[in-house]
Formats: sequence, structure tokens, C-alpha cells
Amino acid sequence: MGEQNHTLNPNEKLDVKEILTDLENYRPRRSGWTWRKPDPDQKLGPFEYKQTSAPLKRSVPLPASKYFGGIDPQPDCVITTEIASGRFEDDLRRMRMAAWHGADHIMVIRTTGQSHIDGLLEGTPEGVGGIPITRKQVRATRKALDLIEDEVGRPINFHSYISGVAGPEIAVMFAEEGVNGAHQDPQYNVLYRNINMQRSFVDAAVAKKIMASSHMLQIDGAHNANATAREAWKVMPELLVQHAINCAFSEMVGMKKENIALSSVPPTAPPAPALSYDLPYAVCLRWLFSDYKVRAQQNTRYIESDTREATVTHVLNLLVSRLTTADVQSTITPDEGRNVPWHYNNVAAVETAKQALVGMDGLKDMLEFKKDGPLPRQVREIAERAVLFLEEIKEKGYFNAVHEGFFVDSGLYPERKGDGISRDPNGGIAAGSIVEREKDYMAPVCEHFGYNNLPKGLSKPCDLIGGCTFCDRDKIVYIDELDPEDNVEVRIRKVEQELPENMIKPEVQWKGDGYITLTIFLPEEEEIAEYASLEIAKKLGLHEPEVIHKGIMHPSEGTLVEVKGIVPFAIDKTALVIPEKPKILSEDEIRDYIAKNPMKVVCGTVGEDEHSVGMREIIDIKHGGIEGFGIKAVYLGTSVPVEKMVDAAIEEDADAILISTIISHADIHRKNMERLAQICEEKGVRDKFILVAGGTQVTNDLALEAGLDAGFGRGTKGIHVASFLVEKHKELKAKRTGEGNTVDED
Amino acid sequence: MQRPSDFEERRKHLESLSDDQLKDRFWELAREIVEPLYDLAYTHTSPSIERSVLLRMGFSSLEAQAIVSAAEKRMLLGKGAGNLVLKYADLKNMDYISAGRHLAENQGWDELQQTLGGTV
Repeated sequence: MGEQNHTLNPNEKLDVKEILTDLENYRPRRSGWTWRKPDPDQKLGPFEYKQTSAPLKRSVPLPASKYFGGIDPQPDCVITTEIASGRFEDDLRRMRMAAWHGADHIMVIRTTGQSHIDGLLEGTPEGVGGIPITRKQVRATRKALDLIEDEVGRPINFHSYISGVAGPEIAVMFAEEGVNGAHQDPQYNVLYRNINMQRSFVDAAVAKKIMASSHMLQIDGAHNANATAREAWKVMPELLVQHAINCAFSEMVGMKKENIALSSVPPTAPPAPALSYDLPYAVCLRWLFSDYKVRAQQNTRYIESDTREATVTHVLNLLVSRLTTADVQSTITPDEGRNVPWHYNNVAAVETAKQALVGMDGLKDMLEFKKDGPLPRQVREIAERAVLFLEEIKEKGYFNAVHEGFFVDSGLYPERKGDGISRDPNGGIAAGSIVEREKDYMAPVCEHFGYNNLPKGLSKPCDLIGGCTFCDRDKIVYIDELDPEDNVEVRIRKVEQELPENMIKPEVQWKGDGYITLTIFLPEEEEIAEYASLEIAKKLGLHEPEVIHKGIMHPSEGTLVEVKGIVPFAIDKTALVIPEKPKILSEDEIRDYIAKNPMKVVCGTVGEDEHSVGMREIIDIKHGGIEGFGIKAVYLGTSVPVEKMVDAAIEEDADAILISTIISHADIHRKNMERLAQICEEKGVRDKFILVAGGTQVTNDLALEAGLDAGFGRGTKGIHVASFLVEKHKELKAKRTGEGNTVDED
Repeated sequence: MQRPSDFEERRKHLESLSDDQLKDRFWELAREIVEPLYDLAYTHTSPSIERSVLLRMGFSSLEAQAIVSAAEKRMLLGKGAGNLVLKYADLKNMDYISAGRHLAENQGWDELQQTLGGTV
């Protein structure tokens, strides 16, 4: 009731305490999955797109967007980000950042070991490598996502895991709490969690029926074979088999094909000739599973600490998505091989997906696959191998096949190397825990799978109890906290004490964690570079320094090292000295002033510099430059000696001199600025001219220090310079008039 | 199990299949493989399943845990935990939530078991 009276203000941080308030009365606004709405002929800025969906109400566009009128095209497929810091209160802020960059599928990773817990967890204990999935955490997260989706203007799908030994209960809780999608695949339990296989399938049927009833999107677990097998590209036939088993089982239980998604990963990565494996596999998968959805996951098997390498592999994966199809495009953070992902790497991964997908918009309209040659040949071969695999499983029975280690074997089926995962049908976690339903077995609730001896004549099973929680939400029991120490309130209080509101610390995953990264190149071999880098970090005062990446540039010439460490202090943001932003006048204001007070400026790129782009942007009408406001510009070109600039200004009787000094080594830009001021002084014209410098390494402070009137750096537009010229001109005029008076106020 | 690839040999019977036929065969086999798994699931239950029933009936996760553990100990899970709660409510003529809470507090099980005719 009234839970929607709160909205987010983009200029304010998410109020986690507000999210936690009145949670017991929160109700999810919807259940089930939401797809983006593709618009196959969308016009944005000067372009027409074939594979995009509606733009967001609020977002952070790609950096280059400023050259394209600020457009931020959103691809047609849902984009996932996986968030897993262990403290959900900090994850909520990360979810908001990711949503602004284009994520609309937030996948919350569970804490290590939850799949072996036989029952639901409650409260908000801290997790390791993920969060303990509890009703409170799920409810708070969904509540925050409601606010975030309103802020960005697009529904956000919330997702976690319905696996482990408590699948049916988690499915119920997710359905009640408006979770929109989940991983569910009994094979995952069996192969990777060593949970008893009979229990896994019996539980899965009930869980899947419940998921189906609330229209959750199901994602399977087949991609784990890629991530586990020693030679991941050889498990291609098995991946198809695993997908098929989960799809067929899910459908039999009552799930609609459109709610079943395959978690599919391109199996290789460079230096393998990746596309020659990944593409036939992707085509084969989409052919065999044409009725199902594809969640394109990214290859993580070969990711280590190099974020650049990870990003390139991911872009190749995105190429495969665009050459085929992807309904959900997953993203893996480029730091996945280093640590539990950091905030900005979630954003980086989402940006990589958005950038690559938008960049490849319409690609398929220009290309088609060859009807003969290696592609169709390999597609057929992979499919045949998968069929043969299924034939053998059929013959042995699924449980026996798993027992014999048929899965995750690194041989290309039918070859078997004997290194697969073998599980005992009567062993594993929770072995012996399933029970045959007796003749009088009965469950008086809706959406229950399996034999159920209900009395005749009921309109629905829960008539027997006057409604189940699926029919009457008021029956849901909400437990707040069970542990008085390990909970969110205690954590927030502690962080508040350590880091008062005015103090700031760097952060990569938890508020106040203090982590920063140093990027260091040392002209030394690997080992020396590594230990020298740690010394550097220590001498800089970082606590707990740790090398997170090394890249060899040459065995003896040099090594790139990245070191993370904790900053041992906080910054008081109220005590920061932030230079005032220069005043920008309106275009009309500038034009009016110039019309009454014509101004002329002499400009050029000084020194030995042939760059003219920056200066032309500031001058030219077509770039919104100062000429557009009526200011006369005398452009002297590039590599102009500073002295010549001053002489020309005297000759032209100019009001100002604009110098541009762009690329500068050895402090040339500073020297050029100093020289300009100095020559003007020498020639006795310093008071006559307004002196302005611009360039990528110029700042206003530097220019003032050098004796000029203003400096403009990166991102400057004509209007900034024009505004300054007008303001300064006014000031000088007033001063000159003032000098004429006999008495000064001062 | 280790064995060299016998793909060429093994695939012979697939050679004559069209792509569509191959795809049909793929799905036919997948369905045949999961049928016994479906049957197993249809006829069996588990502690988690029974707790999921109790949750849907409006019990807390803690109550569900307690009721199902007790039922498991008495080998009564095959009747369905929700069923047990309703039977006990009938027996004691109380609302089913109170009945379930009694059972969660480990009360009334002997009585319930007697009426069910079970012997342990």
C-alpha cells in the first residue's frame, strides 16, 4: 500500500534504508519475464536501425554518443549483468548503475554453498562470492529494481537460482516475490553440485511447474560444461544433449517453450580459430532448438587476468550472437578471472555488449551463410554426434550414463577419454531422501506437480484451505531477521560509523572498501617487476597490496603490472576545493553583445604543431564555433610562432589572441603560454589583448599561472570561449571606463 | 570409460536421414530419455517438495522445516505434509494453521499417526 509514492531522483543516491523500510508490506508489481519490444525500423539521430528497441528515459550513452547527437540506441535483446558482491545493500547501487548503461536482466549470484542447504535461508547474512538468497533480500532487491526501472523507463528482470536441494521451496518463494527468471536444471545439481540425481529430478519437476505458473524465464545450466571440460570445444555434442534433456523434461512438466532459454556459450576463444568452431555450433544449436529462446552467455573458460583479452573474446561472442540470434545477451565482467566482479566492470561488460550489438546492427541483412562448405558440414556433424550421444543414453538410461561418466568428458563424442564426471545414482548429497507418494498422498495447493489424491469436485486444490499463497498473498509469512549480528542493519551501522556521510573512500564492491588499482609499467622482467610493483604500492601507502595482473611486454624489456590495494584514508568531500565552473551565456546574449561590441580575435596553433582540429572546432560556424556568434576570427594556421601571433593581433587591432597547443611533450604547452604573455608584456600590449590558450593538456589554472586570462581543456565548445570573451570584454570595458573616473569605489 | 572415436562407423544409420529427420530423431530421443525421469518425479516427493507445499499453505520456512523433519522421522512424508496438517486439524477440530504449529512444535504426532493407522 502506497509503496510507489517513492521515486528516485537521478541526482541523489539510492536510499538503502528507505528500501528496507516497511518491507513486510511490499508487494511485487508483476510476475513473469518481460522482453524488450524490438522496433525494426527505428530512427535515432541521423540513422535507421534494424535491431533496436525503445530508448531509455534516462541512461548513460556510449562515450562517442556526443558526436551523434547524444543518441543511445538500445539493442533488441535483453542484456544481462551478474551481480555478486556478498552484500546486497551494495549490490543495489551497482544494479542502478548497470541499468543506466543498458542492463535489464539482473542476475544475482548465490553465496557459496547455498545449493547444499536443505531449506530456505532467512534474513540478510553476508555471503561469499554471492549473496544468501532469502525472502528479505529478494524482496528488498525487487523493491529497489521497481524504483530503478521507473527511473530508466524499462522493465528490469530479476533473476537468481532455483537449484540445489531446496529448489521447490525457492521456486515458491520466487513466484511469491515476483522474481522474473531463474536458472533451473537438475543436471547442474547432479554434475556440478553432486546432489543426488533422483532427488534432483524429483525436485526439479515441482520447481519447474511453479516457475511455469508464474511465467518465469528458465535458463538451463549447460554452459557449465564449457567452463569445466578440459577441452571445452569438444563438449559441443554434449551441450546439445544437456539442453535437450532439460528442455524435454521442462516441457513435459508443463513449461511453455517460449519460457525456456538455453544457456549457450561459444565454446572456444582465440588463439583458437574461434569462429570456425563457435559459428557452426551456434548455427546448429539454433536450428535444433528453433522453438526455444537462446541466452547467449560469454566464454569464461579461458579468461584469466587480462581484461583486454576477455573483452575481445566477448566481442567475438557478440559477433556470433549477431550472426545468429540471441534473445538474452549475457555479459561477464572482464575482471571475472581476477576477483569477484567490481562495480565498474559490470558496467564495462554491459557497455561492451551494447556497443558491439549496436555496431553490428543490420549485419545479417547484408550477409548470408554459404549453403555448402565447412559451415553446413560441421552443423550436420555436431547434430549427428549429439543424436548418437542421445542414442547411447537412451540405451543405458540417463542415471547409468551419468554413473559411467558420460558427461563433461573431454573426448569429442563418441570418443571417450575417461575424464568425465561420474556420479552414483544412489549417492551424493541428500541421497535416499525421496519418498514414494502413497495412494492417499495429497497436497492442498495450486500449481503442484505430480500425483495428488485431491477430493473430487474442487474448483482448485487450495479450496481445501481457503486459498494458498499463490491465490491469497496475505498468507505469505515474512521473516525479517534471524541473526542479530549478521544482518544488513548491523552492517550499515558499522559502515556509517567508519565512514560518516561527508567522508568518501574508493570503492569496488562494498561501501568504504577502499580499493584502488595501480597500473604500472616497469622496464624489468616479470618477477622483478612484480615485486617492485608491490614495493611501489607499499611506499604509496596502500594496504594489502596484491598483484592482480601481469602482462609481459618482452622477456627482459618490460612488464605491465596491475596492483590493487586499500587506501588507508578517507577524503572529506565538504572540504574539497573545486574550481568554479566558467559561466556560460546564452547564444542570444552573446550575439546581442557582439552586435553592439564587435570583437575580433587572432587565432592559430602555435609552435611546431600541425594539429588544427581543436582550433577549428572553436572557430568554425559549422562546429558551433565563435564565428557563429559574430566574432571575427583571423586564423593564422598551424605551427605559427608565438611572436607572429602577437604581431598579427597588433596589426589587425584585435581584441583577443587565441592560441591552441595540442600535443605537447616536455611541457611545451606551458612554455608557449608563458611566451605569449611575456611577448605581449615586452611589446607593451598585455592590457590590450585578452589572452586565451586551449588544448588537451591545458587547464584554466595552468593558463592563469602562465600569465594568460583563461585556458580551456578537453571538451571545450565555442560557446565556452565566446562566453568568456564576452564576460572578459565587459570587465575590461568597465575597468577602462572606471579608469576614466576620478574616484574608484575601492 | 575410455574408447577411441568410432564416429564414421556409428553414424552410418544416420547418413540417409534428411536434416529434418535428424532433428526429429534428436527430439524423439530426448523425450524418450526423460520419460522415466518424469515418471519418477510424478510418483515421488521429497522434503523440499513437502516444505514447498507448507509454504504455499501459509506456514513460515521455520515451521515448514520442523513439520517436514518430524514427518520424515515418522516415515509419513509419502502422505504429503499438507495432508498431515489437514488430517491433524480435523482430528483436533482446529484451524489448519494452528494444527500445523502444534505439529511444528513436535506435538500431536503420536495421535496423528494412530489415526492414520501407521505403525513405526
